[in-house]
Amino acid sequence: MNIDYSQFLNMIPEVTLTALLVIVFIADFCTARKPGDEPRKWFNPLVCILMTAHLLFNMSTTETATAFSGMYYTNATVGVIKTILAFGTLIVLIQSREWMNRLDTTFKEGEFYMLVVSTLLGMNMMVSANHFLLFFLGLEMASVPMACLVGLDKYRHQSAEAAAKFILTATFSSGVMLFGISFIYGATGTLYFDDIVSKISATPMIIMGMVFFFSGLGFKISLVPFHFWTADTYQGAPTTVTGYLSVVSKGAAAFALAAILMKVFAPVVMYWQNLLFIVVVLSITVANLFAIRQSDLKRFMAFSSISQAGYIVLSIVGNNSMSVTALSFYVLIYVVANMAVFTVISSIEEHNNGVVDMESYNGLYTTNPKLAFLMTLALFSLGGIPPFAGMFSKFFVFMAAVKGMSVDTQIGAMAYGVVFIALINTVISLYYYLLIVKAMYIKHNDKPLPTFTSAVSTKLALAICTLGVVAFGLCSFVYGWINAAAA
Amino acid sequence: MIPVSAFLVLSTLLFFLGVFGFVTRRNLVAMLISVELVLNAADMNFAVFNRILFPGQMEGMFFTLFSIGISAAETAVALAIIINVYRNYHSDQVNSIENMKF
Repeated sequence: MNIDYSQFLNMIPEVTLTALLVIVFIADFCTARKPGDEPRKWFNPLVCILMTAHLLFNMSTTETATAFSGMYYTNATVGVIKTILAFGTLIVLIQSREWMNRLDTTFKEGEFYMLVVSTLLGMNMMVSANHFLLFFLGLEMASVPMACLVGLDKYRHQSAEAAAKFILTATFSSGVMLFGISFIYGATGTLYFDDIVSKISATPMIIMGMVFFFSGLGFKISLVPFHFWTADTYQGAPTTVTGYLSVVSKGAAAFALAAILMKVFAPVVMYWQNLLFIVVVLSITVANLFAIRQSDLKRFMAFSSISQAGYIVLSIVGNNSMSVTALSFYVLIYVVANMAVFTVISSIEEHNNGVVDMESYNGLYTTNPKLAFLMTLALFSLGGIPPFAGMFSKFFVFMAAVKGMSVDTQIGAMAYGVVFIALINTVISLYYYLLIVKAMYIKHNDKPLPTFTSAVSTKLALAICTLGVVAFGLCSFVYGWINAAAA
Repeated sequence: MIPVSAFLVLSTLLFFLGVFGFVTRRNLVAMLISVELVLNAADMNFAVFNRILFPGQMEGMFFTLFSIGISAAETAVALAIIINVYRNYHSDQVNSIENMKF
């Protein structure tokens, strides 16, 4: 059998990522370190530069293309989401330098980069899949290396526990999802998205398959009835990996969910809209209530990210032209805001013997005012205070959810109701984000964390994130860029 | 010829046995085995649908093959992680690895 290799030219982002993976592998292979050796100063900059090159090289590819008889599909919207994912990964890679250059972690530096890049490759496959098999392969390629990342700190008990919980739930959820896909296959006889949509109708078998499929993806995005693993995994995983897991992995899965629901399950839209209403309300409300009572900052951010996932999915319920734009924009803003918070957390963790209690943030302002200020900006953005970007992204999500809906119809009334509940929850979330701000600025502490200077890479990551938090909302060309791609 | 519904009953039973085992078993390896039951139920569905409903094509069979390969990869990683858990905690019971609580 002959394969037309020129098809690979249609999937340039994947090809450059694979090249990146091979380069990192060879570089790590040739200069391997044993535990306790001196860190390789050039390694992180090399990977970051390659990732930047990948990002810039693929930023402008906007044409629609297919490969492998339509299994792979890309267009401008998919290109934008791939750029956002690569951008998030770049920030993760930059801020991982401080963690990866410690004497006890430097020998796994190469593994870390390879696992991160291969998960990104899987996510790229997942978002540009046009066939359930490729989608499934991409999803697995994104979640199996992710389990290794979660367990990277293998001598720390919590990391091992988190990895076990992650891999078991990930496998279980893909099993549930596969079961759903099998019913869709049984009802339609094809796995191509384009063919399924013309053969689908609201039969019980399709609805059942759709619900199973949705629950499987719900595990990956950690929406509320499927969120049990999130808090434990986020708390136990190394902080950098938690950041990666909470933004990039979640964003990719949410985009894939949006694409499949809106493209493949378009004929049964009223069923999944009702499903989404319930799941969104539960995610936002339950996660907010749990977040209030957390004392460990990473666990707190886990519940915060569940509630943010609710907002991300809220943009899909409108099922209109604005949904994907609002989702991509929300994910982009969420990437910068959440990565800023996680960069601060991991920077403080490095100088606080690995403790991430909320108590160690008491009085942070007196000793590390700049860090406290940047953390405040990021938290304001997550909470949605204007003029930071988070406010704009929430606004667009709410707008997308009710666009074209009339309050008179049942579905429209429900959409408005869900948006109202989400608005109330924004206030609740503001309360718990401000708890951290209060701890940093107001709470008195006899022995606050001593003043420290972060590494240059950490400062760079924080600068990029803060720039995004401040500017992405106010500079309308960012939204314009995403909107133009979706149009 | 055996009707499709008979196969579906079997695969659904297999699926829910897996779910039941996943929820009730307190041993990490047993939970992994239960998850494999869930995956096998899905694989069986694909094979049956392809063989009986759409005999002219091979899509379902290919999906089954890929899915078996992937579940093997997942199991390998999961077993490695479970061994690591055992080294850390000297136990593979779920109750003993509940360090993190609400």
